Amino acid sequence: MSNLDALYQEIILEHNRRPRNYRVMEGADRVVKGHNPLCGDALTLWLKLEGDRVIDASFQGSGCAISRASASMMTEAVKGKTRPEAEALFTRVHDLVTGKLDVDADPAAKKTLGSLRALGGVARFPIRVKCASMAWHALRSALGSDESSTNGASEISEEP
Amino acid sequence: MSKVSGGRASRKGRAEKRGTRAASLASRSDFPLLAGSPALHYLDSAATAQKPRAVLDAMRAYYEHDYANPHRGAYTLSVRSTERYHEARERVATFFGVGDTRRLIFTRGTTEGLNLIATAWGTEHVFPGDEIVVTALEHHANFVPWQQLALRQGAKLRICGLTSDGRLDLDALASLLTARTRIVAFNHVSNALGTINPVAEIAAFVRRRAAPDAIVVCDGAQAAPHLRLTLDDLADVDFYAFSGHKMLGPMGIGALVGPVALLERMSPYQMGGDMIEIVGDEETTWNVLPHKFEAGTPNVAGAIGLAAACTYLESLGMDAVRAHERELLQLALQQLATIEGVQLFGPRDLAARSGVVSFTLAGVHPHDIATILDGDGVCVRAGHHCAQPLMRRLDVPATARASFYVYNDERDVEALVAGVEKTKTLFAVAADPSLRSG
Ligand SMILES: Cc1ncc(COP(=O)(O)O)c(C=O)c1O
Repeated sequence: MSNLDALYQEIILEHNRRPRNYRVMEGADRVVKGHNPLCGDALTLWLKLEGDRVIDASFQGSGCAISRASASMMTEAVKGKTRPEAEALFTRVHDLVTGKLDVDADPAAKKTLGSLRALGGVARFPIRVKCASMAWHALRSALGSDESSTNGASEISEEP
Repeated sequence: MSKVSGGRASRKGRAEKRGTRAASLASRSDFPLLAGSPALHYLDSAATAQKPRAVLDAMRAYYEHDYANPHRGAYTLSVRSTERYHEARERVATFFGVGDTRRLIFTRGTTEGLNLIATAWGTEHVFPGDEIVVTALEHHANFVPWQQLALRQGAKLRICGLTSDGRLDLDALASLLTARTRIVAFNHVSNALGTINPVAEIAAFVRRRAAPDAIVVCDGAQAAPHLRLTLDDLADVDFYAFSGHKMLGPMGIGALVGPVALLERMSPYQMGGDMIEIVGDEETTWNVLPHKFEAGTPNVAGAIGLAAACTYLESLGMDAVRAHERELLQLALQQLATIEGVQLFGPRDLAARSGVVSFTLAGVHPHDIATILDGDGVCVRAGHHCAQPLMRRLDVPATARASFYVYNDERDVEALVAGVEKTKTLFAVAADPSLRSG
């Protein structure tokens, strides 16, 4: 697979074309805004929680295909996960997009990631890693701090 | 003068012109990076230009034969270094139609030139209730220093809007000028859209309307590389700033051209060596112009490189440079316009537009366009182009931008167009017309 084909896999293009959970969420328990000042990409992430478990996730924003597909896949993947499970998934994805994880050599990781493996193409494009990771950093921030609630949307920024 | 003026452009590019195809104006073989990467289509000269060998050679010759700290040593080598610096200033001044070299201050680039004025002039002349006028077309370098100056001094920042095709709205500008207007800052050519502003006309207009001692500041970063300039003739423009690296010179050098009388009255921008005359325990007097504004050891090699770039451009002829870019611009605009889903920004009148093509493709973010083009060796910029106020007004988060210069030819345009077609196919935009960009 060429680098470009690895980056723009069909599943990425498909999520970009028809992003899942692309909506404003009423009555969310967490709202976080992500922003990449380098390219102007911006995203808002909404989560609904039940105890420690994410029961709904949605997003909106403007960004490239990679950031949009990544956010879309993230909202699908995180539904039903507990906070520690989501945290573990964050770490896996982070390792994947930064090229620290070789899924073919790690069957357990491959299984956990499922279709998120498609994000691995980004590892060959260092300048695009931030695009893929923005939504995941937003997720982490949403789950990490109890202060970030609907009445006080918190901001996270990716350093350029 | 020989080392500075060495190396003229070879006219091979023109000679290679095949039929009606637009060959490059300068030969690619003059540019080591381009000569070494025949498959590269460098279309980001608005960000920075590639360097001709003549520039690199002139800088190297300085380091190898004439290098010492200028102005300081009482020995022949230091004198020679000082002379080279002096010659470089004369060369650059001549190229820009500046008769009096005291008014040409070497800076790190446009950004430093603009900050110099905001700090050295602005702090002493802008007061609460005063107004500073900028435009929505500015690069952040000609926007943020004024915005922050206004905040510091309790002044108001007024922003001149644009017409629908990305030109300054001169009626809006007229309505913003008052007796409280202290500074009017605008660019000569927009880096994001390529708009060429009627500088002399705007400046004359400001003169008639604003406070008598208001200053007119022009950001010439995108004009210096592409247009024939005679700054002495721009009588109503007080300050004109530009960068060397966008006009084939090295990074880290540029100039600010200002009026001698004003510069004499202004306080220095930075303090240190070279800019002083007598340093007492309590007081210091300043060196004469332009040294008063050039604190510390100067970038002599940079100035020499910039002078060599001026010589190179002169040998091509600035009118030929402009005509060449216009030819490529026209070709690119024509071809891109035929691709469904492409939206082009900027003036439609090519006489009011420099060689910059800012565009979007429906359903595809500019970053994805740039990545796919990069896969075929086509370098374009994607993003807000350091012009977020403009992007907000265009109502797009970003655009893709291709920009042309002397070494580009029709093949570069073809590669650009082919890359955009390929992007469109890959994203199968046609399959889903409901998609919008962003
Ligand atoms: C219109 C304009 N103004 C100012 C600048 C800043 O120039 P520099 O970064 O060389 O100081 C640029 C460069 O991108 C520009 O295009």
